[in-house]
Amino acid sequence: MRKYWWKFLGAALLIFSVFFGFLGETPRREILNETIRMVYFHVPMWFSMMALMISSLVFSVKYLRKGDIRDDIYASQFAAVSVVFGVLGFLTGMLWGNFTWGDWLPKDPKLIAVEVGLLIYSAYFILRGSFDDEQRRARLSGIYNIFAFASFMPLVWILPRLTDSLHPGNGGNPAFGSDMDLKMRMVFYPAVLGWIIIGTWIASLRIRIKLINETING
Amino acid sequence: MKLLSLLQTAEMADVMRSEGKIYVVVAGLLIVVTGFLAYLFFLDRKVTRLEKEVENHKK
Repeated sequence: MRKYWWKFLGAALLIFSVFFGFLGETPRREILNETIRMVYFHVPMWFSMMALMISSLVFSVKYLRKGDIRDDIYASQFAAVSVVFGVLGFLTGMLWGNFTWGDWLPKDPKLIAVEVGLLIYSAYFILRGSFDDEQRRARLSGIYNIFAFASFMPLVWILPRLTDSLHPGNGGNPAFGSDMDLKMRMVFYPAVLGWIIIGTWIASLRIRIKLINETING
Repeated sequence: MKLLSLLQTAEMADVMRSEGKIYVVVAGLLIVVTGFLAYLFFLDRKVTRLEKEVENHKK
């Protein structure tokens, strides 16, 4: 019997964040105005993507150590959902950036880094598609996954901080900490947790379907 | 507190809020989100049923 409680928790947190995300009080900031509420929807996409990428990495390492093909399935499905969240985060960021920075796609280190990072991750799926042998595919894509993770994190988190960036949290620009007050945090953290749970849930569905597929065919 | 915040310069959607119509939008959005989550639960049950079916076939 599968436990459902965490799924209800995720659903409840998400509904909470949508309700208070629109109706809760926010500080009045120039330029940001009401768009400050994007924090509740744009930032959780990236947090969820990170959580899913880390899960994917853990299962890739686990596969490489033990050689159980199920771990490879876990790793690939987590990675697949993480990229979806990454794309959603990118699109919401473009929208937000257009109305606060004045450009859909400014040539900004943070944005370019994320574009490169997401491309590195899409190559993971192309690599997976190019093998017929299951173990070979699992082994090589497992190693590639480690490489993808190890290049994604410094690209997105460290490099933009070393230069100038429009994006909050980079290049001497304060992160959301200075713009968000306590009332906002009460909505922001539940939103992050809610989205991470929803992302994990979707990934778990994909994994279970893939495992069923495996039992039928294998 | 409310009055004080209105005196500040940054423009917010105060009119939309004072007319109350924002609640309609939020209610609509909640219907959509709840609907999607319910659908996710439905899919989850479907997968569980499939798992059981495969399990029974193996025996």
